[in-house]
Amino acid sequence: MTFSLFMQYLTNAISLGSLYALIAIGYTMVYGILRLINFAHGEIFMMSLYFAFYGVTLFTLPWYIAFILSIILTSILGMMIERAAYKPLRESPRITIMVSAIGASFFVQNLAIVLFGGRPSTFPNIGAFTDVIKIGSVSLQKLTLIIPITTLILLSGLVTLINKTKTGMAMRAVSKDYETAKLMGVNVNKTITITFGIGSILAAIGGIMWGAKFPAIIPTTGVMPGLKCFIAAVVGGIGNVTGAVIGGFILGVGEVMLVAYLPSLTGYRDAFAFILLIIILLFKPTGIMGEKIAEKV
Amino acid sequence: MKKWLSILLVLILVVSLGLTGCGGTTESEDTSTGGDEGSEVTLDDDVIKIGVFEPITGANAAGGELEVEGIKLANELYPEVLGKKVELVIADNKSDVVESASAAARLVERDKVTAIIGSWGSSNSIAAGDIVRDAKIPAVAPSATNPLVTQGNDYYFRVCFIDPFQGTVMANYAFNSLGAKKAAIIQEVSNDYAVGLAKFFTDAFVELTGDPNSIVEVANYQTGDQDFSSQLLNISEKNPDVIFAPGNFTESAMVIQQARQLGITTPIIGGDTWETPEFIEIGKEHVEGAVLSTFFTSEVPITEESEKFLKAYREKYNREPAAVTALGYDAYILILDAIERAGSTDPVAIRDEIAKTEGFEGAAGIITLDENGDAIKSAVIKTVKNGEFVYLETIEPY
Repeated sequence: MTFSLFMQYLTNAISLGSLYALIAIGYTMVYGILRLINFAHGEIFMMSLYFAFYGVTLFTLPWYIAFILSIILTSILGMMIERAAYKPLRESPRITIMVSAIGASFFVQNLAIVLFGGRPSTFPNIGAFTDVIKIGSVSLQKLTLIIPITTLILLSGLVTLINKTKTGMAMRAVSKDYETAKLMGVNVNKTITITFGIGSILAAIGGIMWGAKFPAIIPTTGVMPGLKCFIAAVVGGIGNVTGAVIGGFILGVGEVMLVAYLPSLTGYRDAFAFILLIIILLFKPTGIMGEKIAEKV
Repeated sequence: MKKWLSILLVLILVVSLGLTGCGGTTESEDTSTGGDEGSEVTLDDDVIKIGVFEPITGANAAGGELEVEGIKLANELYPEVLGKKVELVIADNKSDVVESASAAARLVERDKVTAIIGSWGSSNSIAAGDIVRDAKIPAVAPSATNPLVTQGNDYYFRVCFIDPFQGTVMANYAFNSLGAKKAAIIQEVSNDYAVGLAKFFTDAFVELTGDPNSIVEVANYQTGDQDFSSQLLNISEKNPDVIFAPGNFTESAMVIQQARQLGITTPIIGGDTWETPEFIEIGKEHVEGAVLSTFFTSEVPITEESEKFLKAYREKYNREPAAVTALGYDAYILILDAIERAGSTDPVAIRDEIAKTEGFEGAAGIITLDENGDAIKSAVIKTVKNGEFVYLETIEPY
């Protein structure tokens, strides 16, 4: 394998990994606070694609306005799902909320089939993202560079938010001990809503870049990325934002390199993520960055 | 904590099963399209039901919709046979093999159809094979080209050619027209049609070049995959003269798009599944010059029935029909003709008449069925030019 070919693989791997990372952050944030896997996250991601798609094609908005609108609408959708499917079950056993999460996921997916139809739609082509540039002998879309940079900027912003601001402090308090935080005067519901909003914003940004990279959208588009990013969050240590990013990169690089070095196994590409999940759960169930948390009863 | 995580794992398995099992859709009950709306309830004796199972949702939805267009158009032009009204019962197989089997079973058991049309996608058709055979209901596939659809099944027929022919046509095109000596294949490995077609292409190409190593690379991907860059890089490293890429239109369009973005300029050719509007919408300027084999072109009408079909289609939809639309139309009129010849609605008698079909004038050419129930027909080669499928040449059966 030549050096330039390897670089081509690596840039692809990093951009794919960054996309996984962006979406995985949403899973991990919600889990960190509610101890809940938000199974509807993949569908929130999918809806952001459709919002952006309709913004550009149906309402003929300039792409940047359509994207901002899509991000806003998606975060509203995320908060609405929290209101409707999770908030009424706040005091219920976790398994009940999880079933509700799966229900929300199927609901949004089927809603999308009814609203948008089963035929694939084509995400608009945006030159600023999709133009191809050549660096040496490596040819890549501008997007390949934009994605990792965006991910890193958003990650550092998020870490600052969590560690340096009052909202972040509230988030940490709620995640440590929900009851005590409430007693200390933290507005728990507001904090949870904000968490869902932020998670959905990241899913929307990830979604838009996903759409620019892989332009065919169908209502089940969110399923596979959703599952994979959930795995990325578990691998990195669920509840830990930096861990989710690391998990996303491991998954992206692993998938691409599997195909690059073992071409005969390309058909098992999706299986890679699931095998990785089983291995992690067997040997380090808390994930790479995860801390051991005493089970609260 | 461990227990908690094992619950999680089980849940993931359940969700991923849901993904392959039911596609997570609950939509689309049977929709009966009987002709005149709001007509009074007719007795079963006065109506002949023809079941249609096609992908209305899911990855193949565009293909299914194009076929249903043709079937409905034929139903409008020929609404009656033996003095009885023909009613279409449309079932969605959700582009999924498990759903295909249950959609076919539902048509047979609940709707008690006389004959079945479907489905776009060989995998979907193969999945329904046992059901139509056991129920002794004749089925006609408009565009499923994999040999296994009709092989060993007396009740499955088709109005299109099969993949050994199509693979040979494309191998000939690559070898003769493109002057290719080395070919690479990127196939949708979870799709019977793509794998079969790739195999027949390989056989024919190796024979033409006389070089057993003329296929330099075979890359796989799964239905629903979106990132093909690694597979494409593996291929470009081997420097083939042509890339053969059989697969579903969505994935194939993205394969070509990503190849061009990676700077791969090798010609990319494929099969009949590409001929959908979505292929061009998704692939945009990148699919320009892509070459595919298909069944029919509106630029060269073959029979009187073609003219009738084209006229009616253009009037109704105001655009040019796809090849699979013409085949859906043909499947319907072939069944109707067989019912007429049989003079009864007994499915077994209809089956026998379908099997005897010879020189039947369809919209997409003359249909003569061989002993397997496959039509022997010419193939059409098209290319994408200025965002449209353009006719290149017609290849007669060998």
